Amino acid sequence: MSGPGLLPSGSLAGLVRVIDAGARTTLQDLGRPGHAHLGIPASGAADIPAATLANRLVGNAEGAPVLETTLRGPELRFDAPVTVAVTGAEVEVTVDGRPAAMHAPFRVRSGSLVRIGQATRGLRSYVAVRGGFDAPLTLGSASHDELTGLGPAPLKPGDRIDLGSHALDAPTVDVAPVAPILSSPVLHVVPGPRDDWFAPDALTTLLGVAYTVSDQVNRIGARLRGPQLQRRTDDELRSEGIARGSIQVPPSGWPILLLADHPTTGGYPVIAVVSEADLPAAAQLRPGDIVRFRLRRPPAAEPRSEDFA
Amino acid sequence: MTIRPGIRPAGDRAVLVELPGNATVRKLARLVPRGLAGIDEVVAGHETVLISWEPGRRPPVDLEARLSAMLSSSSTEGEGGSIDVPVVYDGPDLAAVAEHAGVSPEEVVRRHLASRFEVGFVGFAPGFAYLLGGDPSLRPPRLDEPRTKVPAGSLAIAGEYSAVYPSESPGGWNLIGRALIEPFDLHRDPPALLQTGMHVHFVESS
Repeated sequence: MSGPGLLPSGSLAGLVRVIDAGARTTLQDLGRPGHAHLGIPASGAADIPAATLANRLVGNAEGAPVLETTLRGPELRFDAPVTVAVTGAEVEVTVDGRPAAMHAPFRVRSGSLVRIGQATRGLRSYVAVRGGFDAPLTLGSASHDELTGLGPAPLKPGDRIDLGSHALDAPTVDVAPVAPILSSPVLHVVPGPRDDWFAPDALTTLLGVAYTVSDQVNRIGARLRGPQLQRRTDDELRSEGIARGSIQVPPSGWPILLLADHPTTGGYPVIAVVSEADLPAAAQLRPGDIVRFRLRRPPAAEPRSEDFA
Repeated sequence: MTIRPGIRPAGDRAVLVELPGNATVRKLARLVPRGLAGIDEVVAGHETVLISWEPGRRPPVDLEARLSAMLSSSSTEGEGGSIDVPVVYDGPDLAAVAEHAGVSPEEVVRRHLASRFEVGFVGFAPGFAYLLGGDPSLRPPRLDEPRTKVPAGSLAIAGEYSAVYPSESPGGWNLIGRALIEPFDLHRDPPALLQTGMHVHFVESS
């Protein structure tokens, strides 16, 4: 697996040099769904709406590769003039020491140093450049997968990343209204598929008590601390497929909220799954955040299956 | 015979389908991607299939009827295929597996070679195939302490499963040998050599 640093450099579009990689910065796009039956996670941006917004702000295709930061962002030297946008976790952005706004495109001159600071709320910010970053595709995606190591390696100082050709029309969005990221969000869940493996009060506990996000958080999942969820049975669950957003409960009883790079199958029962609309908030949970779960009834099914043409 | 699949919700856009036996799992895993629209992933498990729909889509209300129809169809199209896998039985846990079964190591090898395996499902790691159909006398439990490093290519058994570790990883299964194959190769299409439904026969390599 080649890192971005191994790419041929000096394309016409220009390039970005990594001065400081931040705490952990990876290339992400919309991932490689459709390979879970081979044991390969979908991966891709953990907070998809934030990543696609960053691309829209600079006039890219929504799935162009962006940088996903973790708590503390990188310092990047641009050797060509380009439009940049930063979305996701709230963070201080500077261009040659002058502050730049989030959720809005800004212009960077050749030679400029862009610094993405420490997130004050939320965990992952997204940095898009007009044209996107150019990165090798693995199974159709430039996403780094933390579980398997597939895709480009996380950024390191000295890496050079070419700019890509993902630009569409000139950006037309000046500034995007975004809902603030909360440090104590409420996530809605659908019970199951294995809620019946737990003691009768386990689901009530999950829905009634606030959990704290531990310091064990990565792209695979977030370990939570709070009341332990007791199981009804000591039987061993046989491996079964897992959905993104699953709340899996290992023998310790402390739930693990599974994110973009989760294993495709698992042997711990899943008590509930976070609803699709709340997955972005789940991906922004950072150590110390307080999370509450609320019931969301299984949604209305689609009226009738479409015939497969 | 009508098979009524048990359908459990797995969030808003996925369901976990419970099935009576792994042959029906393989059948459904094969038919769902062609029989339902908007499918994102179909993941076989042990007597389960997880079906997830693309972002924004939801499972249809007539899902149970659609799945029942697939299960009662006589389709065998696109089934499995088979592969011979050369192996060397020299794993560090061969003696312990023999002791657990109450037979000699040579007899473990003989019974393993005589088994007809089929890939039940793939999970845990890219290309890690859970092989069903092993000799019922060879069902050692997992190790009490998983190894932190299992070499790629290790042939391992635990419970009713056999598997070949596709890459170096931690692992708690009993290592009985080495398979002389590349279970996962990104430059191959598909990258996983062993896929759900495939018949696997181990052949001793000299």
